Amino acid sequence: MFQRLREDKALQGTLLILPTLAVMVGLLIIPLGLTLIISFGQRTADGGVIYTFTLDNYLRLVGITPGCGFKSECFDPLYANILWRSLTLALQTTALVILLAYPLSYFIARAPLKRRNTFLFMVLVPLWTNFVIRVYAWMMILRTQGVLNGILGWLANLLGLPFVPLEMLYTPSAVLVGMVYEFLPFMILPIYTSLEKIDPALYEAAADLGANAARTFLRVTLPLSMPGIVAGTILVFIPVMGTFIVSDILGGRQVILIGNLIQRQFLDARDPTFGSAASLILMVMTLIVTYFYTRKFGFGEEIVAV
Amino acid sequence: MSEFAVELRDVVKTFATPEGGKLNAVDHVDMHIRQGEFFSMLGSSGCGKTTSLRMIAGFEWPTEGEVFIDGQPQGRKPPFQRPVNTVFQSYALFQHMTVAQNVAFGLEMDKVDVNEINRRVSEALAMVKLNGMEKRSPRQLSGGQQQRVALARALVKRPKVLLLDEPLGALDLKLRKEMQLELKALQQEVGITFVFVTHDQEEALTMSDRIAVMSRGKVLQIGAPVEIYERPNCKFVADFIGETNILTGQVRSVDGTHLKVYVPDLEAEVSAVAESQFQPGQPVHLSIRPEKIRLAEERSLNENCFAGNVIQSAYIGSDTRVKVKVGKIVLKVWEQNHISTLDPDAYFQQNEQTWATLFPENTLVLPFEEG
Repeated sequence: MFQRLREDKALQGTLLILPTLAVMVGLLIIPLGLTLIISFGQRTADGGVIYTFTLDNYLRLVGITPGCGFKSECFDPLYANILWRSLTLALQTTALVILLAYPLSYFIARAPLKRRNTFLFMVLVPLWTNFVIRVYAWMMILRTQGVLNGILGWLANLLGLPFVPLEMLYTPSAVLVGMVYEFLPFMILPIYTSLEKIDPALYEAAADLGANAARTFLRVTLPLSMPGIVAGTILVFIPVMGTFIVSDILGGRQVILIGNLIQRQFLDARDPTFGSAASLILMVMTLIVTYFYTRKFGFGEEIVAV
Repeated sequence: MSEFAVELRDVVKTFATPEGGKLNAVDHVDMHIRQGEFFSMLGSSGCGKTTSLRMIAGFEWPTEGEVFIDGQPQGRKPPFQRPVNTVFQSYALFQHMTVAQNVAFGLEMDKVDVNEINRRVSEALAMVKLNGMEKRSPRQLSGGQQQRVALARALVKRPKVLLLDEPLGALDLKLRKEMQLELKALQQEVGITFVFVTHDQEEALTMSDRIAVMSRGKVLQIGAPVEIYERPNCKFVADFIGETNILTGQVRSVDGTHLKVYVPDLEAEVSAVAESQFQPGQPVHLSIRPEKIRLAEERSLNENCFAGNVIQSAYIGSDTRVKVKVGKIVLKVWEQNHISTLDPDAYFQQNEQTWATLFPENTLVLPFEEG
């Protein structure tokens, strides 16, 4: 038996992959299958599931009220709006995170070697605090009696201007700020890694061949750091699409995303069939966007390969 | 057009050291590189050769002094405004572009017309024998081929001066020798001034019209390879270029360029020639190349003939390399193997008694240096 284990490479491979396979099947494939089955079911009054086959849950998600027909007064955009808002907010967050992370990563990558580790450490330090606590910190900053309004009021007072505290909390912008803050490190690290690998002689070569700073950036730096941007985008976009904590705390009842919808269906509304359908729609939306994105830009695999 | 393609006039480059001190990486350097010349800067690492090259390219600016290109002072012009191009030690090819795109890059930056770009790119690639490789990624090329792409990319811009920073350093010996000759032929073909940085003295001797030997930020000697080798102006240059025997002594008498120098280790006077002025009583070095010493079984009638004992002998094919103990000194002597024979007596053997002749015209007097 052991003799065979020593010699048979295929057997070794099978044994090595077995634990992961068990976890993936038990905790991903089977639950996903159950979710699919439940999404076609009907809820009972006490939150149970009648296993049947109906598309009602999916129809409700795209705005068609079951049993009302296809008349325009039957169209209810509530859930379609939530889907659209989730998608646009995730895209906005990703775009803003790229814009903020890139210059910082560039700065860190070109700093002296000794300082780079300090800077990276500073990027990572907030991650040592609990995710929820960090979002609550933003609540303290953004609320009407919060830190930011305090500073603005003090400044206005100093300049002798009238000041009405701004209503910042429970707005889509507050959610956006919170999301950008939470996911920034996941963009900084891959972009930094790809920038750091660029041989500084390439910048000199570009300058030597007649490129000024802007053209060097567009023709050399940016293309060579694309793998980092792609990897970071995947790391940010997918979790942002599904997150509900940030919108829950900073958006309140005003900014409901698909993540919040799913959470509420399972916990508050006790409608697992609708929640399952929403989960699958979220997954499909994320897969579609990621599919087209990676088909155009790749997976950022060079960042791992080199 | 100025007589000189590049001039460094009294150039100093000071860097801060990590300890907080200051270091002159380039220390009052004067260099006048002629149009169309293959000019090498030669020295070991840290001698200031690469910093000097980078100041011509515009990657560094002089702390003092001025760099002139074709008679024009360069001041603090950035690299993209200078009529020079560089071939980097690491080649610095753009991995995300094809070979042709790499070569076209500089022309695109100059907004050259597309048809013109295509014509010049294929011309440049033909020149470095890379036609047919246009669509390849630099990753798919060998080291030597990447080297040629770097060369084509720089030459396609038709610079006034091509700067080469140890471009052959990463190649294996055989390829390096091939590229040396090819580079030299290419330089003669295009007629562009080449400024070549290397730490390999053989490479410098093979390729250069003139060589600047540098050490610790200073230029010690500038001259044609034959001048640098046959008439080094100081102990460092004599020692750095090729191999030599250095003796130390004191000038006894001076007769024009002919000197007599007393060498305590030989307990004898040695006749020698000098390129510069020396006074009797002055401490000096003598330098004589191993291949210029003659060994013989009989004492010759020549004045500098000393009895010695072979303490080591190594047959290396073309030469026999011998160490001869003369007085308190061990001399390196290379005897050419003129005759093809298997007879061991034809070659020097250990413990053999011999007479070593140091011909006065081959024995150079050099200024005394500590250490």
